[in-house]
Amino acid sequence: MAYSKKVVEKFENTLNNPEAFKVGKFDPKDSNVGTGMVGAPACGDVMKLQIKCEPKGNSHVIKDVKFKTYGCGSAIASSSELVEMLIGKTLEEAKAIKNVQIVEALELPPIKIHCSVLAEDSIKQAIEDYEAKQ
Amino acid sequence: MSTQSTIYLDYASTTPVDPRVASKMMEFLTPEGEFGNPASRSHRFGWKADEAVEEARSHVANLVNCDPREIVWTSGATEADNLAIKGVARFYKSKGNHIVTSKIEHKAVLDPCRQLEREGFEVTYLDPDDKGVISSNAVQSAIKDNTVLVSIMHINNELGTINNIKKIGEIVRDRGIFFHVDAAQSTGKVEIDLEKIPVDLMSFSAHKTYGPKGIGALYVRRKPRVRLEALIHGGGHERGMRSGTLATHQIVGMGEAFRLANNEMPDDLVKITKFHEKFLQKVREIDHVYINGDLDNKVPNILNISFNFVEGESLIMGLKDIAVSSGSACTSASLEPSYVLRALGRKDELAHSSIRFSFGRFTSEDDVEDTLNILGNVVQRLRELSPLWEMHLDGIDLDTVEWNAH
Repeated sequence: MAYSKKVVEKFENTLNNPEAFKVGKFDPKDSNVGTGMVGAPACGDVMKLQIKCEPKGNSHVIKDVKFKTYGCGSAIASSSELVEMLIGKTLEEAKAIKNVQIVEALELPPIKIHCSVLAEDSIKQAIEDYEAKQ
Repeated sequence: MSTQSTIYLDYASTTPVDPRVASKMMEFLTPEGEFGNPASRSHRFGWKADEAVEEARSHVANLVNCDPREIVWTSGATEADNLAIKGVARFYKSKGNHIVTSKIEHKAVLDPCRQLEREGFEVTYLDPDDKGVISSNAVQSAIKDNTVLVSIMHINNELGTINNIKKIGEIVRDRGIFFHVDAAQSTGKVEIDLEKIPVDLMSFSAHKTYGPKGIGALYVRRKPRVRLEALIHGGGHERGMRSGTLATHQIVGMGEAFRLANNEMPDDLVKITKFHEKFLQKVREIDHVYINGDLDNKVPNILNISFNFVEGESLIMGLKDIAVSSGSACTSASLEPSYVLRALGRKDELAHSSIRFSFGRFTSEDDVEDTLNILGNVVQRLRELSPLWEMHLDGIDLDTVEWNAH
């Protein structure tokens, strides 16, 4: 399959420079941390996304993000792309992120759209987890 | 062998044409060369081309120890498989309508079988054992009174495992049934002696053995005689079994490639076995690595490995300077993992994590060395990226996790 240059670059940058691209983990028990994990090994992809937030006015703001992804190149690139969109956003803004934005940013081929859906679900789950702790 | 600094370890997919083969082929194309139509009986151009075709036929026959008259040229192993399976089934359909094959056959065998099912045939698809071998017992118990054809591959293209076609052939012959073997991966890798093994039809490909793409052959036994219905009509070439002007340069290429294979198999094998051993030894130093297939019963040029907690396609992308192929179909249009690995009963996640490395005549020691260095590094990095690896390190049994599958 021919991936766009953007997927390849995102994948390679993330692989070669994991810390700068927010690969890692937060303590999931931390009350400021929300964790989302979606996908299944048998299906070929699992994404784990963690957000670290703090209250700001009436809302909460995402201060930092960590992620890990098992999956094809475009699954890894999709997570990494999403992570970049999240920092500094309020939870309301983060909830409004749609998979189409990832598809467009990475020029994902139709067969790989599910990677972006998985990424969208991972942030929704992470926010749910965080809100449940507040 | 490397071009543009990419190391080629995908010989089971295709091989480069041996330069000696290419230069021989060049003699049969241009006005200065022997460009004639081998079917032209009225002039020298035709006679010369015909001579070259018949010499090539002898080279192919020599490699597998059969009569040259038993070799029918086709466009490749896919056409040979189609001709054997559909040709025999349709010719003998008044005798019976049941076919036995296996779940790990190449699509060139499975798809013609599916087509025959649409035409009213019944097909039994045998399961391999957990190492990817089709047992003769499984074949024996699948045979019914109305079975007309058994088609079992010699060497599996994804795993390199070898089926005992002699033993299977004896059982099949005993029942008076035709036996077809897809031997696309065999030539130049293992010895084949068609005088000793009771095979009725065998498919060959040139481009897996340093010959050109677009040419192959089907062995059709004369004694006991096998008849088949042609797929391509027009001109009655190849004794009516496969019409169409013979592609002299392609045929000469296949003949030369098979002649070289006959001479160089021992040397090729020594070198490739050495690479195989080295690869195996180094790869086993990586944790949680599984070798797919049967190490005691396989060809050394193919090595199929699952790297647990790492998805196969991402590994291939990570190995960007190495040309290998994945058992994970994430690389193709479907999202299913390899049907071959699934048939072994491998867990889906291991099937998703598999890579096929295949070595060949032009692989160098440096290629192997460099690949091993890069491989260890990339697996490590992808595992650091993998939530599954993290869970594994935390002592979580992944089989007990409730996944949020899509």
